Amino acid sequence: MILFENMSVTYPDQDHPALDGVELKIGEGELALVIGPTGAGKTTLLRSVNGLVPHFSGGRLTGRVLVEGRSTSDHRPRDLADVVGFVGQDPDATFVADIVEDELAYSMENLGLSAPTMRRRVEDVLDILNLHALRQRAIMSLSGGQRQRVAIGAVLTAAPRLLVLDEPTSSLDPISAEEVLAALSRLVHDQGVTIVVAEHRLERIVHAADVIVHVPGAPGGVRSGTPAEMLAISSVAPPIVRLARVARWDPIPLSVRDARRLAPGLLRRLPASPNSGRRPSPTKGPVVASVRRLAARYGRLLALDDITLDLAAGEVTAVMGRNGAGKSTLLRHLVGLRSPQQGTVTVAQRKPSALRPAEAARLVGLVPQDPASMLSADSVAVECTDADHDASLAPGSTRAALERLMPGLRDDMHPRDLSEGQRLALALAIVLAPAPPLILLDEPTRGLDYIAKARLTTMLRNLAHDGHSVVLATHDVELVADAADRVVVLADGEIITDGPTREVVCHSPGLASQVARILAPAPWLTVAEVESALTAPRSEP
Amino acid sequence: MAGRLTSLRVAPLHPVAWWAWAILLAAAAARITNPICLGLILAIAGWVVVSRRPQSTWARSYSTLLRLGALVVVIRVVIQALFGQRIPGHTLFTIPSIALPSWMAGVTVGGPVTADALVGAACQGLRLAAILGCVGAANALVSPFRLLRCVPAGLYEVAVAVTVAVSFTPQVISSLGQVRDARRLRGRAISGLAGVRGLAVPVLEGALERSLALAASMDSRGFGRRAVSVTRQRVASATTLAGLLGLAVGAYGVLDSGAPPALGLPIVGTGALLVIAGLITTSVGGRTRYRPDRWSGREWCTVLVSAAALAAVVVVGRHDAASLAMPVYPLSFPAVPPLAVVGLLLAALPSIVAPRPIDTAVR
Repeated sequence: MILFENMSVTYPDQDHPALDGVELKIGEGELALVIGPTGAGKTTLLRSVNGLVPHFSGGRLTGRVLVEGRSTSDHRPRDLADVVGFVGQDPDATFVADIVEDELAYSMENLGLSAPTMRRRVEDVLDILNLHALRQRAIMSLSGGQRQRVAIGAVLTAAPRLLVLDEPTSSLDPISAEEVLAALSRLVHDQGVTIVVAEHRLERIVHAADVIVHVPGAPGGVRSGTPAEMLAISSVAPPIVRLARVARWDPIPLSVRDARRLAPGLLRRLPASPNSGRRPSPTKGPVVASVRRLAARYGRLLALDDITLDLAAGEVTAVMGRNGAGKSTLLRHLVGLRSPQQGTVTVAQRKPSALRPAEAARLVGLVPQDPASMLSADSVAVECTDADHDASLAPGSTRAALERLMPGLRDDMHPRDLSEGQRLALALAIVLAPAPPLILLDEPTRGLDYIAKARLTTMLRNLAHDGHSVVLATHDVELVADAADRVVVLADGEIITDGPTREVVCHSPGLASQVARILAPAPWLTVAEVESALTAPRSEP
Repeated sequence: MAGRLTSLRVAPLHPVAWWAWAILLAAAAARITNPICLGLILAIAGWVVVSRRPQSTWARSYSTLLRLGALVVVIRVVIQALFGQRIPGHTLFTIPSIALPSWMAGVTVGGPVTADALVGAACQGLRLAAILGCVGAANALVSPFRLLRCVPAGLYEVAVAVTVAVSFTPQVISSLGQVRDARRLRGRAISGLAGVRGLAVPVLEGALERSLALAASMDSRGFGRRAVSVTRQRVASATTLAGLLGLAVGAYGVLDSGAPPALGLPIVGTGALLVIAGLITTSVGGRTRYRPDRWSGREWCTVLVSAAALAAVVVVGRHDAASLAMPVYPLSFPAVPPLAVVGLLLAALPSIVAPRPIDTAVR
């Protein structure tokens, strides 16, 4: 189906190849999962399948890539449209029409298919992706998961034998991600479509993969094999695999179901409940921010309804909930971008929406969903001096904050060339430099690999330890299990749960971390907890 | 919701029919200053919009255009009061006049302001407002995307560019909002030259990245795959564009009663021929259309009633031009020309004939 023969890619103005000497074969009807750290070349590998690399990106490709016997060197992406369907990272940037049905038909119109064929295929795709009820809707009125399914449908109508997806669930809540992945597995099982997919959150998809392609970021290192084989050597691994390594399970189980069969043996080796010494339950500091009876609406839509909440120093609070549940709106009120229509928001006894920007920045900081929107200078150094100037800080304060978060970032790097994790650290440093007591992060793990996520967890714990109150709005249950002390769950603008992480996460099927699912009903949350309990000498009375 | 209704669904009215209806009605308005007839046109357009507009963002633009129309009336009246020609009549108040140098003869500033002059100006403003109301109605009734789908194959590339621009505008606006927020988060002032640079750079970078993503997606979905030969396509595009230009100039000639007759029908005819030639050149091979909009009895009816309204106004204008104008000097109550009123009322028929819109924005 796909054959890479000694393929290397070098982008223009780069000394080192992005991928080197790739030998790879992906068979018909397989679901191949591409894994590897950020910046290792996963996107390059995916884009070379339909010829976007090098035809669209520029650069030099040596060796050969064959798809269904067609070489990408003499077939442009448009000539492969009926063989390869490509879905990029940001579905919103790829829509051509405004109505779902028209978007689905677009590629068939380009292929010049007959009207009856187009009608039939649109109906088929609407059924396969469960989009039937949305056919006449404006795409912009759909939720994230629905839009992602429309983007997949838009390439499926060309009836490609192969589907390539670059991080299809990175911005989706767990339930919407489940919808998209269920659609993909239907395509593999019922339609025999071959799927190549890159994903950071392996825990969501690894159980469905037939083959794993590991892109380690080192020359000549792209390898493929069965999931169990590849995960045993991979530098990035989902919690289930790390748990298996800690518990010395062999072979490595890939689904929660398989792991649960092995769980009783592990639980016998563990104490009844996690050693609370790992994360000292925080000595709750003074209240930093308080929200009283807050309500907000966008037009007729009630975004927040009667929210009352206290945020204490030294505490990491996770705000969870579906896309559109009101998480971002709550953060925008806390940081003062919106002033409350009803109720009050105070941070250190002051109203953030009434302050001048420079004053507000000393009180509360927010890292937005897209950290790049905060960055406008052309180098890290200028970005840092600008930030010092904006917040009237002593020169070098921001740079020092950055050094604490992520040591060794070069001064002359352009912010656009940083990896997602580095960019997040830079934005966080800018927010952090004025030392606000309240720090908010909106969806911070988008595009982060496990290594960057582990580093983020450490950063957040350190901030809480230093007496900041940290609030995360996130879908990432693993981050919450690792980093948060307290979880607030929003649904349709109301707080439905507010409690310690362990209680909330262990008792909710949608929010449970992978370890919690495997070891339920025992109250374990993370691999680190299990590991420290296994290695610590049993000290029972 | 929409899914359950599909079996009962009637195809929405052809976008070109809505635009033809609106343009013909606007052409009728262009020949009138009689406030009764203009009010009737505004009422008809408003009624059709209220009864047949879809639930979409575009539909909301109607009120904006109406407000713009009101602003036009106000500006027209203010300009008349300040600089307008001095028309004798009932003096309301006097603005101190400024003596201008002799080379600016013909321009007056200040002087006595008469009710007659103001009413006349208001009626002229109202005419513009009515035209805006008609255009706004078409805009509200048909999304620009649907109209662009009807563009002839020869202009396909142009249509794609316009479509992309139309869909990018709201995205750029939202990313502008994001960047402004981010700047506030940094505690930075948003005004001044440096502020503009700080806004423009991230917004433009974001827009550029998005356009690249869109181009990649379009290429991967076969855009430009079956293009006819490049020269042939260029010739066809040029012919079609020239034809459309001819149509536009010709329409101006037909509509403006003061234009030379040679500028009217002959140019329209030539333009139409060129457009048809352009279409024939590119109709061979290439793309196909998914569920193209159909032109049926409802569409004919919609266009014909509006054409009848225009015809009625033209006929009345030939025989009794004064009844279509606002009598200003001396100021008196405007006439009610029965033929024109009946003709205009016909143009309200689409509110019954046109199918109900499908809901596209239910959450």
